[in-house]
Parts: sequence; C-alpha cells; structure tokens
Amino acid sequence: MNLVTVSGPPSSGKTSVILKTIDSLKQRGLKVGVAKFDCLYTDDDILYEKAGIPVKKGLSGSLCPDHFFVSNVEEVTQWGIKEGFDVLISESAGLCNRCSPYIKDIKAVCVIDNLSGINTPKKIGPMLKSADIVIITKGDIVSQAEREVFASRVNLVNPSAVIMNINGLTGQGSFELSTLLFDEKDHVDTLVGKKLRFSMPSALCSYCLGETRIGESFQMGNVRKMDLSEKGPKT
Amino acid sequence: MITKERLQHRTIEEILTDYPFADSFFKNNTLETEGAAELDWAGYFDRFDEEEMEDRALDSEQLLMQLTEFINQMLEFLDEGQQVHSLTILPGLDKSGNPEGFDELVIRKSEVISIVGPTGSGKSRLLGDIEWVARKDTPTKREILINDEIPDSSWRFSGAKKLVAQLSQNMNFVMDLTAEEFVDLHAESRMVENRPEVVERIIEEANKLAGEKFQPDTPITSLSGGQSRALMIADTAILSQSPIILIDEIENAGIDRKKALSLLLSEEKIVLMATHDPVLALMGDRRIVIKNGGISKVIETTDEERTILGRLEELDRTLLSYRTRLRQGESLLD
Repeated sequence: MNLVTVSGPPSSGKTSVILKTIDSLKQRGLKVGVAKFDCLYTDDDILYEKAGIPVKKGLSGSLCPDHFFVSNVEEVTQWGIKEGFDVLISESAGLCNRCSPYIKDIKAVCVIDNLSGINTPKKIGPMLKSADIVIITKGDIVSQAEREVFASRVNLVNPSAVIMNINGLTGQGSFELSTLLFDEKDHVDTLVGKKLRFSMPSALCSYCLGETRIGESFQMGNVRKMDLSEKGPKT
Repeated sequence: MITKERLQHRTIEEILTDYPFADSFFKNNTLETEGAAELDWAGYFDRFDEEEMEDRALDSEQLLMQLTEFINQMLEFLDEGQQVHSLTILPGLDKSGNPEGFDELVIRKSEVISIVGPTGSGKSRLLGDIEWVARKDTPTKREILINDEIPDSSWRFSGAKKLVAQLSQNMNFVMDLTAEEFVDLHAESRMVENRPEVVERIIEEANKLAGEKFQPDTPITSLSGGQSRALMIADTAILSQSPIILIDEIENAGIDRKKALSLLLSEEKIVLMATHDPVLALMGDRRIVIKNGGISKVIETTDEERTILGRLEELDRTLLSYRTRLRQGESLLD
C-alpha cells in the first residue's frame, strides 16, 4: 500500500482536491481509502462515503490534533492494509500552522490557497517547508499575476517541492496530481520505527493537563514569558 | 550548477554577492543576514541556540539543501538559452478511443491558435495536456514537444519555471495594493532589473487596452472588470515568464481585444485561445476544433474567412462605439 499524508489549513480545499484526485486514481483501477483527522468537527466523511470511498474519521477533541494524528497513524495504516487499499490518504489540518507531522519516506502533500495572502508562505512552518508536493487552490478566483506571485513565494520557502495549481471545483490539475501519488514500487507495511520529518512543538504545561485558572502560581511545566520591556522583543 | 558542499563553505556575503536573488530566500525564510556577512553556513546557524532553532522550526541542513535548489533553479530560470520557439501537439485519442483527426500540430512563437468546441468537449483537457507537457501519460494519450524535442521534466515539476500562464475569465484581485505596487510585486518575483520602467510600461499598455483609463495609484480592487483584464493582459504579456499563454474567453470584457492579442504577440508568446467569439476565432492563424474529448480537425483561417472578419470587426466597432457613447452619457441617435 502507498500512504500519502495531506495537510493544510482549514478550508484550503484539501477534501475537494482529494476527492477529485481519487476519481483519477480509481480510473486506473486503484483502490483508495481515506483517514480524516480533525479537531472538533467534520462532515467530510459523509462526502467521501457519498463518493463511495471507504473512510475513517478521528476527532482529537481536547487533544492537540497533530499529537492525536501521530498517536493513531500506525493503527490507521494497519486498517488500510487490512482493507487492501492501493493508496491510503490521510487528511489533517495543521491547526497551528506548524507541524502537521509528515513522516520521513512517506509522501507529504500540503494544500494552501491563493486567497490566504502573499505572506502566508512565510508564516507556515514545516507543514509547508518540508512537504514534497505543494498544491495551491482557488487560482480561478485570482489573477494570473497573483497566482505567479503566490507560487513564487511558496517556491522561496520550499524550492524542492513540486508546486501545482489545482482547481478543487472543476478538478483541473487533479489528474496530474494523481500520477504523483501512486508508485508501484512504494510499499508501507508499518510505520513503527519511522520518524517524523520535524519535531512537534513542546507540549505539557499545566493547561495541557486541564488547568483553567490564570496566574503564575498555576503555571507549571513548559512556560515562557513574553518580552514586554521597553526595548521589546527582537524581530 | 552549484552544490550544497560548495555553498556551505561560502560566507553569507559571498553567497549574496554571487547570487543576489538569494536575498529573497533569506527574507522569505525570515533569516536575518545583517551582521552575518563573514559567517559561513555552520557559523550562521551557530548564532541560534537549540531552543531558538526549535522555536522557529529551523533546520539548517534542510535550509542549505533548499537554498542550493533555489539557486540552481534561478540560474536556470535566468538562462536565456531556455527559450521556447515552438510547441508541438502529437495526436492521441478521443473519449471513444478513436485517433484524433490531425497528424502533428506545430505552433510557433507569435502565433495565435484558437480553440473551438462545445462546453465539456475537452478544451480543458487539451489545455491541461499542454500545461503538464503530456507524454502519452494523460487520459488523451497526447504528446507535447517543445522546440521539436521531448522536453525534460523540469517543465512539469519546477516551481520557478512554468510553461503556461493562464488568463482565466475571473479577474478579481484580492490584494490590497495599488496597480503600481501590484505590478511591482510581480516584477520583483520575476527578478526584473529595471522595475520602475517595466511597471510604467505595463500600466501604459493596460491603459491602451482599457476603455477608461486608470492611474498607477488606483487600488487594484477598485478597477472595473475591463480595467482589471487590461492590466492582467499587459502584465502577463510583459512580465509572465511562461512562453505560452492560455486565454479562456476574452469576450465582453470592455477591452480592445485586437490590441490585447497583438500586445501578447509582440512579446513573442504562443497564444492559445478558447473562444466562441467569431471575431477572436478568426484572428487566429488556425483553429483547433474539439469534439468528444479529441481534436477532430485543425482549420487554417483562409483569406475568404478573413473577409468575413473585416465585416465582423466593423460590426464590433459599431457596438463598441455605442457602448462608449452610452458610458459617456451621450445619445445613440446622432
């Protein structure tokens, strides 16, 4: 089985792109499944089911969504293998724009949209910078020049990625993406022992553990204070 | 070509002197270069402690790899030897699996090819095949050649080098910038040297195409539909790095379409234009007819057809003049 991790900010068009791309994969006779990771709510599983795509959904609820992802991705992989998929696509929103944990040797796709502003590539961390493929959506609503400027900004922070424009509504470009997602030579049996491409943010402070009161005496573990002196923080 | 190994022993200053465009790499990765001139790669990252590296999600090894990649891409991009003189489409199959109705279609620089066919007939797939530089590996099994040769994969995969610029029907702007700032930003991303001149020229050309003129300091979001299209066409003609321009319907846009086309052609682009408008279709040297997902034939525009074009243009001018008079609050009777 091939495993592909797809991530991107909420509403960037991940699900539309995946649905259209699966159409192309299916036309080649490939069996595809999806594992959808989200935080509080998602209806996307219904969209996948409607399209006849086997789907599992996981809501992280009160846990950090990306930690939740890493804690479950092996089990999800085993589910995919058991179901006999050729390709399993995991979809998750990198909610703090930092991690969305990509795994070494596992294809990593980041989806962002043209409407998010030209400085966005600068603001997104490893989720964008360490992706193998960057998909830019919503190009039909902006001008050619804006598409070019946006793509060049993405290229600046991740020159080694394949950057593609895809229209999630019409599917233009999704066939091309599908050719990059499946490789007969790739096989995943287990993720155990594999490594994340980048370490996640430090966690575990008193608030991770359920503290709700504010104030220094309630803060334990990983705590850092802002620099509010006259000089201000260096930028 | 530069290698990672060679790059890491150069000082930041040497890198920036040899490759001035690398400055934008540092900036966009929020890496401050001030006061780091004398440092080499390892020395530069020694300035951050482990916590700061983690905080800012920095990975010096990965950044070095990406800077190398970026510099090589830009060197290739700036290399004028990379020009596209011709595009060749070799036939594939239509939706029913029948061979397409042409042998070989060679399109040269400064040529306009129109694409006609009902909605859903396969125009997007043809445009997609060209953009993806198809190698008999798309649903149509077409093959695309560049300069009579099988092109290398960089046209497909490079972020900096794209074969096709697409002028879509939507011309909305979402950036909060003036026309001048906007074009300048685009020029910057293309590493244009004489930016102020280029920006001025684009706005001037756009104003020749648009019905009503706009100023350099007009916010792009308050441009009219026609003005936006005019600006976009002038910008694409002059600034887009892509040798091929795909235009999806420029009818009813409130711009001078003939001038728009000749501007694109004067910049030595290959223009492919999907259209149902007879005036535009006949302006093409040839037109591709698409049916059932395949190219059913390629028609040369004949002199006889061009006579019709003369009449159509006359009608078009009349329509345009009425439009202008309406706009200026005049009566249509005199």
